[in-house]
Amino acid sequence: MLTVDIEKKLKGFTLQAAFTAGDETLALLGASGCGKSMTLRCVAGVEKPDRGRITLDGETLFDSDRHINLPPQQRRAGLMFQHGALFPTMTVEKNVACGARRDLKGEALRRAVDEALCQFGIAELRGRLPGQLSGGQQQRVALARILIGKPRILMLDEPFSALDSHLRFRMEQETRQVIRRFGKTVLLVSHDRDEVYRMADRVAILENGRVSRAGSRSEVFADPGTRAACALTGCKNVSAIRRLDGRHALALDWGVTLTLPLQPGADALGIRMHSIRPGEGENAFRCRVAEVIENPFSYTVMLRPLDAPPDSASIGWEMEKPVWQRLAAEEITVHFPVDGILQLKG
Amino acid sequence: MDLFPLWNSLRIAGISTALIFFLGILAAYYIARLPRAVKGVLDVILTLPLVLPPTVVGFLLLRVLGPRRPVGAFLLEHFGVRLTMTWWSAVFATAAVIFPLMYRTCRGAFESFDESLAAAGKTLGLSNAYIFWRVRMPACRPGILAGTVLSFARALGEYGATSMIAGYTPGRTATISTTVYQLWRTNDDGLAFRWVLVNIAISFAVLLAVNLLEKRERRR
Repeated sequence: MLTVDIEKKLKGFTLQAAFTAGDETLALLGASGCGKSMTLRCVAGVEKPDRGRITLDGETLFDSDRHINLPPQQRRAGLMFQHGALFPTMTVEKNVACGARRDLKGEALRRAVDEALCQFGIAELRGRLPGQLSGGQQQRVALARILIGKPRILMLDEPFSALDSHLRFRMEQETRQVIRRFGKTVLLVSHDRDEVYRMADRVAILENGRVSRAGSRSEVFADPGTRAACALTGCKNVSAIRRLDGRHALALDWGVTLTLPLQPGADALGIRMHSIRPGEGENAFRCRVAEVIENPFSYTVMLRPLDAPPDSASIGWEMEKPVWQRLAAEEITVHFPVDGILQLKG
Repeated sequence: MDLFPLWNSLRIAGISTALIFFLGILAAYYIARLPRAVKGVLDVILTLPLVLPPTVVGFLLLRVLGPRRPVGAFLLEHFGVRLTMTWWSAVFATAAVIFPLMYRTCRGAFESFDESLAAAGKTLGLSNAYIFWRVRMPACRPGILAGTVLSFARALGEYGATSMIAGYTPGRTATISTTVYQLWRTNDDGLAFRWVLVNIAISFAVLLAVNLLEKRERRR
């Protein structure tokens, strides 16, 4: 069990991260430079927060009031850096041995290293230097080096950002298995919503240095809460609104009026590109097709409501190729189902 | 041909390089982590001897170490040690001139070191000493080696400051560079030329060593 409640002044903003995580994978999702990596570094102990508390399995790692700041060497908190941070002058075997517990010596150490090398499928690479490895192999060595020391928590800082997309998918799969075997708290930092959704049980959205929304991944993606969080979860259609009454809002960017039970405080609405439905229904309006963008396996159709003012934004609608091939037209009626509309603040 | 100048040059360069090896690394390591403003000022002061004419360095050294100057007078009076006009006086001169060379190349090496390696080491439970000697130093090794060899080469060729602080006494303070000058001045061109060849041979060997080292490091 990890609890974090810290404050640290950074360039341009103050990081105020507060969250807890049990034996689960918690993803910190945020734009680059929002303090997510810094949060991991504070938990690992390689950066010091200005104020606050960090506890892990009941042990206090950091407490500014009680002047506790455990050195990273005593925290047993595994942190995987963005590029693996393998020691360039040491062989794979030596790198992995560096992560082993200090009390392992001689034969016991060798056995532990052998076991870790086999477990991560890098036994044949033992004599190589990190510079002679591919990105995926480096990643495996970095994971082996961390997990051989039996850390109490595993933190992954943008673990796949340096990899090509095809390798990325495979490493993601491998890492999911590693996480399952590890079975304890895993913190994942990422700005990739798909990666986050596939890997995490829970998601905390970090916005301007604060956790603006936290919950299970399905909750957070279904109701991100703020405009920034909505964008981070990949929703590209967002419009500011003017409330007409409790059930009607004029979407200013789209130039259409929508009917839905408005939540207090909501000042923008969003709809995901694949939540839009063709034909008549709730919140239906007729649109002109401004552009059809072909993706490898889908179409993105850019729509402009017919009675929208000329400077309004177009609305993206994504669907499988056969669907558009059936519907294709210059003008089309679509509707926004109420349960697909995201109500947002800020 | 009396080989004393060769031996004297080698020992002066050797001792000053050994001294500056540690001083340069220490200065580079600590200054690299200072705040930028302080770093800028210290950097200028420490690099000055590299761009000043060696005679200016020699002049300044004499102002401090000369027998009638504060430090020189104190040591002469209380310990009977004369800091100038001995063979090892030249060590002060060469050390002052080569320090910036060592300091700058080491600082460059330390600054290009990826700090996340040190941070990773800490989270893995490695001691700070282990990280310094087994992770940081090996990663910075090519830069440190290059700095050391270049410093040695520069020390071998030092003339200006050396001649001012150690003078030229055949068999006592003569180095290759001061010998060449004296031989040329006294019209002994033949012997001067032989020393010139010795000097070129040494420099050639040193530079060859640098290149071979670089090639080996690149292959690692």
